[in-house]
Amino acid sequence: MSVAIIDYNAGNVRSVLFAMERLGVQAQLTSDHAAIRSAEKVIFPGVGEANTTMRFLREKGLDKLIPTLQQPVLGICLGMQLLCRHSEENDTPCLGIIPQQVKRFVPKQGEKVPHMGWNQIADLKGGLFDESQENKYVYFVHSYFVEKGPYTTAICDYTLPYSAALQKDNFYATQFHPEKSGSVGAAILENFLKL
Amino acid sequence: MLAKRIIPCLDIKDGRTVKGVNFVDLRDAGDPVELGKLYSEKGADELVFLDITATHEKRKTLASLARQIAHNLNIPFTIGGGIRSVDDVGVLLDSGADKISINSAAVRNPALIDDLAKQFGSQFVVVAVDAKQVNGEWIVFLSGGRVQTEVRLLDWVKECQERGAGEILFTSMNHDGTKAGFANQALAQVSDALSIPVIASGGAGTMEHFYDTFTAGKADAGLAASIFHFREIEIADLKQYLHQRGIPVRLND
Repeated sequence: MSVAIIDYNAGNVRSVLFAMERLGVQAQLTSDHAAIRSAEKVIFPGVGEANTTMRFLREKGLDKLIPTLQQPVLGICLGMQLLCRHSEENDTPCLGIIPQQVKRFVPKQGEKVPHMGWNQIADLKGGLFDESQENKYVYFVHSYFVEKGPYTTAICDYTLPYSAALQKDNFYATQFHPEKSGSVGAAILENFLKL
Repeated sequence: MLAKRIIPCLDIKDGRTVKGVNFVDLRDAGDPVELGKLYSEKGADELVFLDITATHEKRKTLASLARQIAHNLNIPFTIGGGIRSVDDVGVLLDSGADKISINSAAVRNPALIDDLAKQFGSQFVVVAVDAKQVNGEWIVFLSGGRVQTEVRLLDWVKECQERGAGEILFTSMNHDGTKAGFANQALAQVSDALSIPVIASGGAGTMEHFYDTFTAGKADAGLAASIFHFREIEIADLKQYLHQRGIPVRLND
């Protein structure tokens, strides 16, 4: 199994690499176009601010490469948001692979932003999930979210029910961090590897 | 529903975990990597590793330790102690740390919070605040409680949030090591004043103390050390207890 983790100065990519190692997969951390294109699976992580991160992608030409990938791609956290059309975070045009808007949470009384910690995922659909993860807790850290829509494959409820996961064609994405979500997250990553 | 988090804190000195009572009288409680892995298996939601000697001895937190922890853990962890610059933090991020915590350096140079938040994102920046009630007023202390400032707790945590902190880890020095409960009144004030999550620290002795800090103290997470290290409270029992009392917690998968 060849897995490429896209390396573009986007925060904690190392923890995704370690998570793959724990699953027995030696993934390659790379920004090399040929290496990414030829991998059987591609993971697109991301932590940080949308605008800066898009700039890092453009600097390496990855904004052009990623939309053309044919193999299963997994966007994680900011990686998921960048697969969308546009983010309210510093009014950032994103990759436009999944036609969804990324919005900022408007917290209700007593709710905190960022949405940080363990929350439940429900209404699971698609190849990333199996029944055993329904209503299980996974780890989230984010201040922006994607609304429920036609590509939503998991729901999380925080201030409102929103997309905890998305899928369009070969592009899969989770708002939560499967690499930091204990055994539940490990099972989701294993499902991705089996796609 | 967003779960309240239970966070064991591993104070590190010379590569070993220790826990001081009121920051002195250190006791050895094991190997941090093994202990971290064990806690992760027992249901800890997150871990905090603090190199408590770092500020005093001007040492950098050990990136290699962060890397070993990240290799072995599949839950988030924060690492802190002696971080003074954006460069210090870049190394830790690259080693697999999910968050870093800064304490004294942020008080001495508040712009560090802005710089870190801009460079790495707010979610990466935990500001740890040690405070003590002095003549009825909560005052921020530095260097593991050795240096008193003139900064008031509420003013400081609000400034931290404005500058881009993603979370506040508030330790009451009056309560730390006493096992008499968290500083819930001050915690509730901090929580009400902020829109970012607050971790309660200092004073945990019983399971009820966690219930109290999640209700009266309005805390988003509860942190403790010795009661977990010396197995006075098992995390699984604590979570079962909180669950039965209606607090949302992540139970074992």
